[in-house]
Amino acid sequence: MSRVVLVTGGNRGIGLATARRFHSCGHKVAVTARSGVADDLEGLFAVKCDVTDSDSVDAAVTEIEGSLGPVEILVSNAGITRDGLVLRMNDADFSEVIDANLTGGFRVARRVVKQMMRARWGRIVFVSSVVGLGGQAGQANYAASKAGITGLARSLAKEFAGRNITVNVVAPGPIDTDMIAALSDAQRGAMLDAVPLGRFGAPDEIAAAIEYLASEDAGFVTGTVLAVDGGLSMS
Amino acid sequence: MSDNFERFTNCAVEVLAVDADQVVLEATFESLDADSLDLVELVMALEEEFDVNVEEEELDGILTVQGAYDLILSKL
Ligand SMILES: NC(=O)c1ccc[n+]([C@@H]2O[C@H](COP(=O)([O-])OP(=O)(O)OC[C@H]3O[C@@H](n4cnc5c(N)ncnc54)[C@H](OP(=O)(O)O)[C@@H]3O)[C@@H](O)[C@H]2O)c1
Repeated sequence: MSRVVLVTGGNRGIGLATARRFHSCGHKVAVTARSGVADDLEGLFAVKCDVTDSDSVDAAVTEIEGSLGPVEILVSNAGITRDGLVLRMNDADFSEVIDANLTGGFRVARRVVKQMMRARWGRIVFVSSVVGLGGQAGQANYAASKAGITGLARSLAKEFAGRNITVNVVAPGPIDTDMIAALSDAQRGAMLDAVPLGRFGAPDEIAAAIEYLASEDAGFVTGTVLAVDGGLSMS
Repeated sequence: MSDNFERFTNCAVEVLAVDADQVVLEATFESLDADSLDLVELVMALEEEFDVNVEEEELDGILTVQGAYDLILSKL
């Protein structure tokens, strides 16, 4: 069955891999990003959207509803980092990361869930991080935002369970994307050492987990946090 | 039936998936099988239909069609 899928932050990295995967399964897929969208997004419906701005979220979802129909599967993936030690982290560094990663997910979910309620079917998958489970020196803002996603997701899962909407979280370990490329060699090396499987994950390995949680087969799975992290969260 | 009540009824029929003849002033939302989430959804539809704004607290104690209808009318 073909569904309408929205992937926020779907123009690159994990989001793009996820969008491509849903597209290849025959779904109608919309992707959003702030900074305009690349033109190699073949077959994907690209809209501009800043998840820190409710009006922008509303406009983007309205455009998607008009062109593809109501969103049935939401992948809330847009996210940023603003790393630094707490002693040197200012209020803006902290609150802007929360605003994009946590409140952004709330804004998009709130906007699309009404139509899911009407349809008595919906899937919401939030992309969190292994860092939200274990914390990370230098990422207090980011880890707080990602841990917050679990509380948000589980509350939504309970609030909308009666409407046959499932809400789950995928917590990736280090994945080979721009976010990882931005780190220093030393940081990357330390990360590799910490991962039991001894490698970075591929974006499509996260996409596969998201696809499962959004599938018909996962209809009895809600409020769960699925770590896809090479074993990192065990240690 | 007044035009306003007809608009109200249409919203209720669409959101609560009930028949129009069930939407009578005496009906409780419980009897219409509507829970708190349904009520919030109905009020959102009514806000749109009547171009009014209902605050969260105003929903407290609204148990019947009459209660919801009066609340909307008071805003027109
Ligand atoms: N890579 C990893 O190792 C890793 C590990 C764990 C979790 N994650 C999480 O996975 C998600 C995707 O990560 P990635 O590595 O694919 O990141 P990425 O390559 O840096 O891409 C981030 C995406 O988020 C979008 N975005 C950022 N702020 C936004 C905003 N305010 N409004 C709308 N879109 C916004 C970006 O759009 P623009 O192009 O407009 O900037 C971009 O599409 C993130 O939530 C990240 O925290 C990643």
